[in-house]
Amino acid sequence: MENNFDVIVIGGGPAGLTAGIYLSRAKMKTLILNEGTAGGQMILTHEIANYPGVESTSGYKLANIMKNQAKNFGCVVKSNVRITNLELGGEIKSAEINGKDTFTAPAVILATGGRSRPLNVPGEDKFKGRGISYCATCDGDFFQDKKIIVVGGGNSALEEAVSLTKYASSVTVVHQFDNFQAFPHAVDIAAGNPKINFIMESKIIEFIGDERLERVLIQNQKTKEITQMEIDGVFIFIGYIPNTEPFAGKLELNKWNEIVTNESLETSVSGVFAAGDSIQKKYRQITTAVADGTVAALSAIEYVNKLKEASLLSNAEN
Amino acid sequence: MLNTNLKHITSEEEFKKVLNENENVMVCCGRMGPMCVPVYGVMEELEGEYKNVAFRDMEFDAPVAHAIRSLPECRNFAGLPFTVYFKNGNVVKATSSIQSMEQVTEILEGEFLQKVAAQK
Repeated sequence: MENNFDVIVIGGGPAGLTAGIYLSRAKMKTLILNEGTAGGQMILTHEIANYPGVESTSGYKLANIMKNQAKNFGCVVKSNVRITNLELGGEIKSAEINGKDTFTAPAVILATGGRSRPLNVPGEDKFKGRGISYCATCDGDFFQDKKIIVVGGGNSALEEAVSLTKYASSVTVVHQFDNFQAFPHAVDIAAGNPKINFIMESKIIEFIGDERLERVLIQNQKTKEITQMEIDGVFIFIGYIPNTEPFAGKLELNKWNEIVTNESLETSVSGVFAAGDSIQKKYRQITTAVADGTVAALSAIEYVNKLKEASLLSNAEN
Repeated sequence: MLNTNLKHITSEEEFKKVLNENENVMVCCGRMGPMCVPVYGVMEELEGEYKNVAFRDMEFDAPVAHAIRSLPECRNFAGLPFTVYFKNGNVVKATSSIQSMEQVTEILEGEFLQKVAAQK
């Protein structure tokens, strides 16, 4: 396989796939390298009802359409690869995958997205799938008539708490602050549900059990008092963190480790662009990721074409 | 039926046959949900690399899934998908919920010993 491309896109979520569509349609030789399954966090969405032009679909279906669109325009998509080295400096960038194959391009688009934020407390890894879940639509029916906790205070947490009352006998929302980040109507709906109760200004500090989760330790953030609670399941919805660890020291990140870009979505490194949930911005939606992917692709096309023109001029002069 | 590119197990006969005919078998029992789809994706990628492993999926809500759901190794599972690894018909490992490429590869390498590259 030819290893030299015009643009390498790192990440195959909606931003990366959109960039792939625009780039390959503009006849740029494009490679998408994706460490997960194509679609990114979009496939974690069971139903998408607010994507313009599509009445209702699943994230999985939308992701597959985007992937096929990119491939049909000639984009090469490699999923579930491990990116073992990434060189972003210099005129030619390179990406090594799985410790063996290296691909090069004059421009790179970083669209690495984000991932669910874990609590990072003892027992969390051990009980994942054994009482701890990050997906209410996937695992809610394992908790029929059970007592569960939802951790978080944003829209996702409160909306999922309400949806989980279809199964659970009780849902306790544990939130670290004394107020919610969710929209008022989401708070009102949750507060009005008789199965839902709230423990505010508190954090889970440990998950305990034998072969499955049996109880949690909850600490009040004000009084530091620790209480033990018998529980069957815990659903965690405390936001996302950007997948930018590999770029630390290579380009400018803000204090939340989001990639800093200008309005053309150029990063602090020449020839490196960024798009989607990993960049510094306020709103993170599939639609905003798609818009970012478009802008980053058009900027990268302009950048690569200028390089090609300069190279042609230089060759002509020689 | 699951919308994947993997071979599906849809009956108990098929399940027994695949265990009888293959030394190493990986079965992912799930739905087309957000925690399951990434695991199918990983299996589709690995299928081309490990010819000594039979990769199959199974619909969690189909009657045949009882064969997986009732395994003692899955007794405490409460997260989809249920992924079970068989060697000579016996369970050697089972996981619950989403798994990454690295996690799956680690199990394949650890439980099924040598990787036999698929013929190109």
